Amino acid sequence: MNATEKQDDLAEPAAERREAMRLLARATRAELAAAWQAIADKPEVAAVRGPETGLVMVRGRIGGGGDPFNLGEATVTRATVRLSSGEIGHGQLLGTDKERARFAAIFDAIYQIPAHRPAVEALHRRIAARLLAEDRLRAEETAATRVDFFTMVRGED
Amino acid sequence: MYVAVKGGEAAIANAHRLLADRRRGDRALPAITIEQVVEQLGLAVDRVMAEASLYDRSLAALAVRQARGDMIEAIFILRAYRTTLPRFGSSQPIDTTKMKIERRISATYKDLPGGQLLGPTFDYTHRLLDPSLIGDELVAEPARKEPGEAVMRVSDILDDERLIEGDGEMPEGHVAGDLTREPMEFPMARDLRLQALARGDEGFLLALAYSTQRGYGRTHPFVGEIRIGEVEVELDFPELGFAVSLGTIRVTECQMVNQFKGSASEPPQFTRGYGLVFGQSERKAMSMSLVDRALRTDEFGEDIVAPAQDQEFVISHADNVLATGFVEHLKLPHYVDFQAELDLVRRMRREYEDAGNAGDRKEAAE
Repeated sequence: MNATEKQDDLAEPAAERREAMRLLARATRAELAAAWQAIADKPEVAAVRGPETGLVMVRGRIGGGGDPFNLGEATVTRATVRLSSGEIGHGQLLGTDKERARFAAIFDAIYQIPAHRPAVEALHRRIAARLLAEDRLRAEETAATRVDFFTMVRGED
Repeated sequence: MYVAVKGGEAAIANAHRLLADRRRGDRALPAITIEQVVEQLGLAVDRVMAEASLYDRSLAALAVRQARGDMIEAIFILRAYRTTLPRFGSSQPIDTTKMKIERRISATYKDLPGGQLLGPTFDYTHRLLDPSLIGDELVAEPARKEPGEAVMRVSDILDDERLIEGDGEMPEGHVAGDLTREPMEFPMARDLRLQALARGDEGFLLALAYSTQRGYGRTHPFVGEIRIGEVEVELDFPELGFAVSLGTIRVTECQMVNQFKGSASEPPQFTRGYGLVFGQSERKAMSMSLVDRALRTDEFGEDIVAPAQDQEFVISHADNVLATGFVEHLKLPHYVDFQAELDLVRRMRREYEDAGNAGDRKEAAE
């Protein structure tokens, strides 16, 4: 069973959390700090693990779709936190930014508390909207460089 | 063999202080920032990441600055840094079919789904020095256009007709090797060779790739497809029971399509070479795919007649950190070795002269 199939089988809450973590991994420090600022009655946060920086071996596939091979490593920073109410949150993202990883873990944790869900979902929507706009812009800039080649006729006639 | 020596501490400290001064250069000029290196010397940063085998744009930029722009020194510094970090795990294999395309070209099909997308390329520039870049002239925003249909993989077009070999399967039960954990051994499986090539020196691989085109292990290549863009990196999270996306990295992929080949068991079909490199590194990805194909002699029963086909030669010498380490170690103190050699040459010279050769030389001089 490959990864895609595995993800498709995920139950709804797991799929939701997975998407939330995908967005948090891309959040800017400013987005995270502003969202944290806006949260009233912040829960107490204790560090369980990290934030710590390490490596993930990025794998590719031979020929693009064949068997895996090790392409090279990437820096990854991760954090795990526990809220005073018991929820555990994980944050992990490419790069070495410990503050972003810690915030990502906090928002993963408070996402599990119904009272905080609307605020966290608003953060998710802001990140998603920014990513969509960035992707859209890049796709449009790339599309403007599309060529139509003409093959010149060879020969004398 | 070199030997330990004592002394020179003050000279070394002063040399490093001088290095820091020369690195900073004229203090009347502003210091360049890491962000400036990332944004404005992005392809230098990409090369350092690819050959250090560590994806981190900021750290690679720092290494470039620290090394005063000496690429192999920067690669060495970043490679050394990675040894200080623990490994959290291995990602899910990246899926280049889902790449957010920034450039995609094919030399085998003029019209293909998704089209030829040039992206930010040096191709078709005239390679004339541009005086406008001496200053800081306003640069126009890029043009924009409605994106067209999805980009499909060129190898899939040929695969529809079964005219090309598959992507590349290893024997049943094979676990991908890791050069950073196991010593090199030959013969080396293709997955390990690809890891070595992906971090190999661009100049070395370029020269080998060029040699295959000039007849030293010819492979009759066509660029099936080159694509550059961002892909997601996903890591399994056992605590949660699913893989989590950590963000995206930019990679360059090259699918080289090579001359058809048939055997008793296989019908005639195109074969392939594969290149995959961190960052925007088209020359490197193309070179890698040419060398990958050249090294697959055992799979196609080809004779090894050229350097690019000799895996021990290619893989053992592709790593510029290893290469520079061994070449540059020659400047370390070899005083004892050299004294022994000096004694030997003096003795041989005495014996040579004692045997009457000195007289011959005198006559010749007269």
